[in-house]
Amino acid sequence: MTADLAPGTRPSGRAGRPAVAGLPRWVLLPAAVGAALVVVPLLALALRAPWTRLPSLLTTPAAVDALLLSLRTAGTATVLCVLLGVPMALVLARSTWRGVRVLRALVLLPLVLPPVVGGIALLSAFGRRGLLGESLEVLGVEVAFSTTAVVLAQTFVALPFLVVSLDGALRTAGRRHEEVAAVLGARPTTVLRRVTLPLVLPGLVSGAVLSFARALGEFGATLTFAGSLQGTTRTLPLEVYLQRETDPDAAVALSLLLVAVAVLVVVAVRGRPAA
Amino acid sequence: MSPVRTALPLALVAVLLVGCGGADDVDPSAPTAAGDPGPALEGTLTVFAAASLTEVVDELAEQMQEENPGLTVRASYAGSSDLAAQLQEGAPADVLATADERTMQAVVDAGLTAGEPEVFATNVLTLVTPPDDPAGVASLADAARDDVAVVVCAPQVPCGAATERVEEAAGVTLSPVSEEGSVTDVLGKVTSGEADAGLVYVTDARRAGDAVRVVDVPEAAAAVNRYPVATLADAASPEAAAAFVDLLAGPDGQELLADAGFGPPDGP
Repeated sequence: MTADLAPGTRPSGRAGRPAVAGLPRWVLLPAAVGAALVVVPLLALALRAPWTRLPSLLTTPAAVDALLLSLRTAGTATVLCVLLGVPMALVLARSTWRGVRVLRALVLLPLVLPPVVGGIALLSAFGRRGLLGESLEVLGVEVAFSTTAVVLAQTFVALPFLVVSLDGALRTAGRRHEEVAAVLGARPTTVLRRVTLPLVLPGLVSGAVLSFARALGEFGATLTFAGSLQGTTRTLPLEVYLQRETDPDAAVALSLLLVAVAVLVVVAVRGRPAA
Repeated sequence: MSPVRTALPLALVAVLLVGCGGADDVDPSAPTAAGDPGPALEGTLTVFAAASLTEVVDELAEQMQEENPGLTVRASYAGSSDLAAQLQEGAPADVLATADERTMQAVVDAGLTAGEPEVFATNVLTLVTPPDDPAGVASLADAARDDVAVVVCAPQVPCGAATERVEEAAGVTLSPVSEEGSVTDVLGKVTSGEADAGLVYVTDARRAGDAVRVVDVPEAAAAVNRYPVATLADAASPEAAAAFVDLLAGPDGQELLADAGFGPPDGP
């Protein structure tokens, strides 16, 4: 995933893509070891899976509830990421202000924070005794132990993926087309809608898909911030963690399901032209 | 420590009396191991212990290292089932102490233990609330009220199984807002004020100190959690492992356990 993000994290538009041909041969060895590091554990998981029991393990009410909740919350989180992340990426990519580099680093923070730290931070903000929690409670919004808390946690960790992808795409695309449209008399909103967004659509889509995948895999912040109740806050990763206590086979089966969904998502992104 | 102080000059005198030739006969570690019948222990002892035993095991490990300068004690703390899973995957360790007998039994069944597990402590549940008790919880029945956000352990983990037994004994049905995977997470939800009440072990409540208010649950006596300890078959230092188990089950260990809030092995 980081490989996908790399072009966006530095202004690579000027340098262009490095040539693949002409690489020294020795590069292949560490590259193969790296690939094995990723592939072998997943392969081992598949080999350990109780394939014959798989259908029954994946259709228990707890498993179905967890999967449906995960898809629902990750979907909502992705929509939120798009609604909030697109404007953020636009501001970051088109800002001429020098402090924008600091801002970009801040947006990236949830990517590198340990999940439990994210959870504690969310508690400090939105918990019942948090900075905003009491105001929210007065407004009638109960965040504690609710599905809303799960969506908040997922959005928190997934947002950077969208912003980084789109920010990279925007800066690579440059402003030429936008300037032409503006010279021709288009208003800023029209330029954004008719020129900018269509131009970076592939970057936006891959960012959204990555956000969805990250939201689906969210674990630590959810556990710390939202709690774990079947059908309300117990997402698929939390169910895997709990099942491991009593039925390791079920945990492996559910893990495999998560990997399968993640593979589908990553393939969907890789199938698109790079931004 | 007084036996050490008296033993040290005595040993020196003995060395002087026997003379240089006889010095080899005196075990150089004898003064430090004065209270111990056997020779000083050496090498590395690895203890796998349930997270709730952290303070007690840390203290005992330090004590053992002081008495046996050649010995290094390493302790690994995690949830009991994590530890059992690690051992079954081949993690090297000398001693395992779990927070429940079910987890220990899985390790015994896998043929990984050397001796019979020995119960060395017990633990019971109690109800905790934030210090200001926002929901007015004075009993388990209060915690079952609709307006109380109560958090418990999931039935899959030992504290959750105990919670179910307590509910049964009390004839109370809780509707938790969350079923956590570990007792630490339950405690965290209460100390942070997210939950109005939570069921945790007496030892957790003791450790949390002023961060929680403790509500006695008489029915908790129906669900006593027993902590077993066993030496492992593949122990690198079997003598040190046995010595650790003796220490944990002996007077020093029992005193530390009682201080932490644990009950005696035969029940509170």
